[in-house]
Amino acid sequence: HRRERSSPPAAGPQQRARCCWGESLEAEVEETLKRIQAHKGVIGTIVVNAEGIPIRTTLDNSTTVQYAGLLHQLTMKARSTVRDIDPQNDLTFLRIRSKKHEIMVAPGNL
Amino acid sequence: PPPRVREGPCGSTSPPDKGGRGPAARPPPPAGTMEIVYVYVKKRSEFGRQCNFSDRPAETNVDIQPDPSQARNFIERDPIDAAIQCASDMSEHEVNTERFEMENEGVNHLEGGWPKDVNPLEMEQTIRFRKKVEKDENYVNTIIQLGSLMEHCIKQNNAINIYEEYFDDEETADIADEPPSAKTINVFRDPNVIKRTATHLSWHPDGSKKLAVAYSSLEFQRSSKDMSYESYIWDLENPNRPDLVLRPSSTLVSLEYNPKDSHILVGGCYNGQIAYWDTRKGGQPVELSTVEFSHRDPVYGMIWLQSKTGTDCFSASTDGQVLWWDIRKLTEPTETLVMDISRKGVLENALGAIALEFEPTMPTKFMVGTEQGVVITCNRKAKTPAEKIVGTYSGHHGPIYALARNPFFPKNFLTVGDWTARIWSEDSKESSIMWTKYHMAYLTDGCWSTIRPVVFFTTKMDGTLDVWDFLFKQNNPSLSVKVCDEPLFSLRLQDNGRFIGCGSKLGTVTLLEVSSGLCTLQRNEKNVATAMFERETKREKILEARHREMRLKERTKAEGKEEDVKVETEEETPEELLARVQKEFFEIIEAEIRRKERAAKLSRAQVAQRPGLPKGWGVAL
Repeated sequence: HRRERSSPPAAGPQQRARCCWGESLEAEVEETLKRIQAHKGVIGTIVVNAEGIPIRTTLDNSTTVQYAGLLHQLTMKARSTVRDIDPQNDLTFLRIRSKKHEIMVAPGNL
Repeated sequence: PPPRVREGPCGSTSPPDKGGRGPAARPPPPAGTMEIVYVYVKKRSEFGRQCNFSDRPAETNVDIQPDPSQARNFIERDPIDAAIQCASDMSEHEVNTERFEMENEGVNHLEGGWPKDVNPLEMEQTIRFRKKVEKDENYVNTIIQLGSLMEHCIKQNNAINIYEEYFDDEETADIADEPPSAKTINVFRDPNVIKRTATHLSWHPDGSKKLAVAYSSLEFQRSSKDMSYESYIWDLENPNRPDLVLRPSSTLVSLEYNPKDSHILVGGCYNGQIAYWDTRKGGQPVELSTVEFSHRDPVYGMIWLQSKTGTDCFSASTDGQVLWWDIRKLTEPTETLVMDISRKGVLENALGAIALEFEPTMPTKFMVGTEQGVVITCNRKAKTPAEKIVGTYSGHHGPIYALARNPFFPKNFLTVGDWTARIWSEDSKESSIMWTKYHMAYLTDGCWSTIRPVVFFTTKMDGTLDVWDFLFKQNNPSLSVKVCDEPLFSLRLQDNGRFIGCGSKLGTVTLLEVSSGLCTLQRNEKNVATAMFERETKREKILEARHREMRLKERTKAEGKEEDVKVETEEETPEELLARVQKEFFEIIEAEIRRKERAAKLSRAQVAQRPGLPKGWGVAL
């Protein structure tokens, strides 16, 4: 399976309690992304911001741009769908399973 | 004073008796007008006085009695109910929008969303922007939170694959209960105004995503000046526009893809020439055969041969010749064979060839179906031209439009012509081993299924496609689909056995998909089919042997009789023969009519008796 992750940065409802601040937080971000990429079956990882700009990616540029643009719109659509059906509800995760791969999207607060 | 009924123009005021003045002399009013006038007089000094109203009872001013003599001018009418409605008039109108032309095109994605001050093409600016975003606190928190969520899902996926294929080993149940059906997938129409017949179809050899169709008008001298010569290659995804337009010098009657090289096509023209195309080079033929050495009649059959170079093909035409060509040099054929069954190679006696058959697994043998209803088997590698013609099979009353070997049982082949389709075995030369009933319309084309050995398809002049499952039912087709109202002329099955293209007289090619029951091999089918073919072949052989014995017996009897008695049999004159034949014919017809009437009367009597049937009458209607 090929999996990718895209998540725009926004205020998260849960904040992790950390013992250190500043650089170690960023180091933790690096570590998280590296860990995700290292999992079995993960082909690439992309981090996309609210405007659809890819911030971090492990794939080549053209593929990244394509995925970022398309998935951004799809995630927004999925989220609005979930919200329309039940306004109290919210989209937590989006998986797109295809014949060849699976695309996994974790949406932040857009 | 009583008012006067006066006949006169309106508005006349004449002094009445009231004022004491006598009526003035007036000219008599014109006849026909009638009016009721009440005349009164008032003194001038009394003008302008206020009105003094008073009540008084009603008095009849005028009472005009009906004049019965007038009634004679009128006719009494029945009272009827008439409906009226106070509404505006409206009319119904139909509108059809024009066909919307669609085309598939790709779109280039551009990077977007970058803020104004960042130029997406500049690496430095984008890197700086990204670094800035990464330092944002918001970003960091979100990534950490989403990271844990993502990891959870990834671990889920790695733990167990919930979408794996279960029950793979179990065989799919027999789909025997589902009735056979066919559905239309797509329709490709001839874009020209003057429609031509789709005479030949050929599927693309790799993956069958394209279909080459040859269009021509086969009716003798019916092609008009404006008829276009083009033939098309259609892409199955786009029925609106042909993928490639082939422009021969004369309309194409047959067209075949080279099974080895999917870019090469060879076509036979209406004027007898052969042309070949390379789809990479466009719509003009790469080379055309010379008129002197080509056929003299339309080239009805065209097949590629198996050869090392992959450039050999052979063609057949109703001029009685079969020519072999190497497409690298189309100036003259490499070999010719005249379809003369007396084996003398005389062109005048030759039979016109319409259908060609060639099986790559038997490269030296080939078969030709002729206009006269005879199938000729030939051996290409024979030493002398006379030996090239090996044998003949006759049985059809008209031209043989299709000839095909069964892909699983090469000894058996199918011929389609006149009103029937017949299955032959190479061993029985006298007659076919199995045949369909005589239909109401001519059969125009046929082919075997590539998956099931007992299924074959035929098209008819009334626009129906018949699918025959000879193991299941032999007297009627298993499935009969009315494809269109005009006659169907050609048929081609795709290699996977599922999709069929049928070409009609108006150039419409319909793509149909048959139900899976007709294109999946049933259990044990091959063995049963083998048994059926062998059984029928044996039956024909036995019949043949019996016929031969009977003929031999008759001949010896006749010879014996001649020696004993010389009986002078009168030669019937042609008129007597004609009269006798006519009488016999009408007798047969009348007997048939009488039989039909009797049957109809019987069934009518049974129907009339049905409601009050006494017990004991088991009438099956």
